[in-house]
Amino acid sequence: MKLSEEKSDYGKSVIEIKDLRKSFGDNHVLNGFNLTLKEGGNLVIMGKSGSGKSVMIKCIVGLVAPDSGSVKILGKEINNLNRKAMDELRLDIGFLFQGSALYDSMTVRENLEFPMRRHKKKLGVGKDTKPLVLEALENVGLAHTIDLMPSELSGGMKRRVALARTLILKPKVILYDEPTSGLDPITSKEIIELMHNVQKRYGTSSLIITHDVDCARVISDRMILLVDGINYAEGTYAELSKSTDPKVEAFFKN
Amino acid sequence: MINRIKQFFIETGDLSYFAARFFKEALKPPFEFKELLRQCYQMGNRSLFLVGITGFIIGLVLTLQSRPTLIQFGAVSWMPNMVGISIVREVGPVITALICAGRIASGIGAELGSMRVTEQIDAMEVSGTNPFKYLVVTRILATTLMLPLLVVFGDLLALFGSALLENIKGGVSFQLYFNTVFNALSFSDLVPATIKSFFFGFIIGLVGSYKGYYCKKGTAGVGVAANTAVVMASLLLFLVDFIAVIITDIFYEL
Ligand SMILES: Nc1ncnc2c1ncn2[C@@H]1O[C@H](COP(=O)(O)OP(=O)(O)OP(=O)(O)O)[C@@H](O)[C@H]1O
Ligand SMILES: [Mg+2]
Repeated sequence: MKLSEEKSDYGKSVIEIKDLRKSFGDNHVLNGFNLTLKEGGNLVIMGKSGSGKSVMIKCIVGLVAPDSGSVKILGKEINNLNRKAMDELRLDIGFLFQGSALYDSMTVRENLEFPMRRHKKKLGVGKDTKPLVLEALENVGLAHTIDLMPSELSGGMKRRVALARTLILKPKVILYDEPTSGLDPITSKEIIELMHNVQKRYGTSSLIITHDVDCARVISDRMILLVDGINYAEGTYAELSKSTDPKVEAFFKN
Repeated sequence: MINRIKQFFIETGDLSYFAARFFKEALKPPFEFKELLRQCYQMGNRSLFLVGITGFIIGLVLTLQSRPTLIQFGAVSWMPNMVGISIVREVGPVITALICAGRIASGIGAELGSMRVTEQIDAMEVSGTNPFKYLVVTRILATTLMLPLLVVFGDLLALFGSALLENIKGGVSFQLYFNTVFNALSFSDLVPATIKSFFFGFIIGLVGSYKGYYCKKGTAGVGVAANTAVVMASLLLFLVDFIAVIITDIFYEL
């Protein structure tokens, strides 16, 4: 069921997923999922826990190999890329993990330096990466944590450091896997604000997975509801929240 | 039962594939020298004390146990030859490797396992660093290079323990003891022991990394990875030792 058809084909598409399928044994997680993210767009994906949102987003960066279907990102079909081309492409893609995924044997500073280690020439940074690291940390308001270990940070701080690590390479597309899950409402708001700022300042396109209806309302310009492994409903927040389809309604009432 | 046998063959196949991948990736640039050095240091640092103290005690015990028998045959002056040869040829490498299997293989299994579970390995992949190269290749190389050194260290302390006991009980001077040992040892004792040690180190790194890298999700998975790494590494160590002894024996016959 489509609530709104794409009328004009304005803007380039940054991510294009067609008929994506993935099963783990008998567990059919994705059964022909489609998605298009336009340049500069903020697409929110909602779905129940275990509906395959993380699997889908991992297919986009090549962490999970799909059974079939095509995934195009920044104009490149990722199924055809070798390791080197893929690494090159990943430079332009930011990925915020559901559980932050900070390297816990490294300090905050080393965590932020890690994505740069292979790309120093390309980024035009010399040996001293500290200014860049500090700048990224200041953006998330955590410059004072630069020498701490991840184990010394709270959950919300970890999420913000992870966000800083994702943003440090100034990616063109950012994929957020539940950026606000497990955080209190105030911290959630801060994270959403940060995402907004990034979007405004660098004109990035974002794909955001979330359970959080408030987050979806504030940040999305389009939404997709992932149910039964397909894009069950699609449209703006206003359109979807007025839907009378019981499966769609279930997402908005509480 | 049949399932168990099947599982055994599947595991053997997976481990061989993992080893093949190690050789493939180890020979291809870029090389992670800095991380390799860090791993070597860590491995030495973590087990030096343990290997030393165990070696020392084994030397004492072997000597103490053999004394009455040798005295009975009036052959106590053969002590350095007997103990020296058994330490260098067999006891030193095997004991050191077993200790490292307990200390290092489980450590690597737990470390990589928790990195897998908390998606840190995925995060590396996404930021354009090949985690197999960065985490696995460096660790296997480190154990392979460091184990022979640890064996030498363990051997020396075992010999020292033995010499100390002979000095106290039999009044043999350290100089005489070590002279006798080094005269008794021939090149053909040292070479097989050294080669064997490299293989032991390789197995410890390989099994630890394999178990950690393919760790099952969940915190229980990390425990299982660490645990099975020790069991599997120890079993393989004995198997390799057995094969090495047979091969060495064939060379002696020639
Ligand atoms: N590596 C894997 N092996 C086997 N099954 C998997 C694997 N990864 C995910 N699954 C299964 O795929 C389904 C979807 O998982 P996924 O992590 O995508 O859910 P999700 O929508 O992100 O949920 P949540 O909101 O809780 O994060 C689950 O049933 C899960 O068991
Ligand atoms: Mg998820």
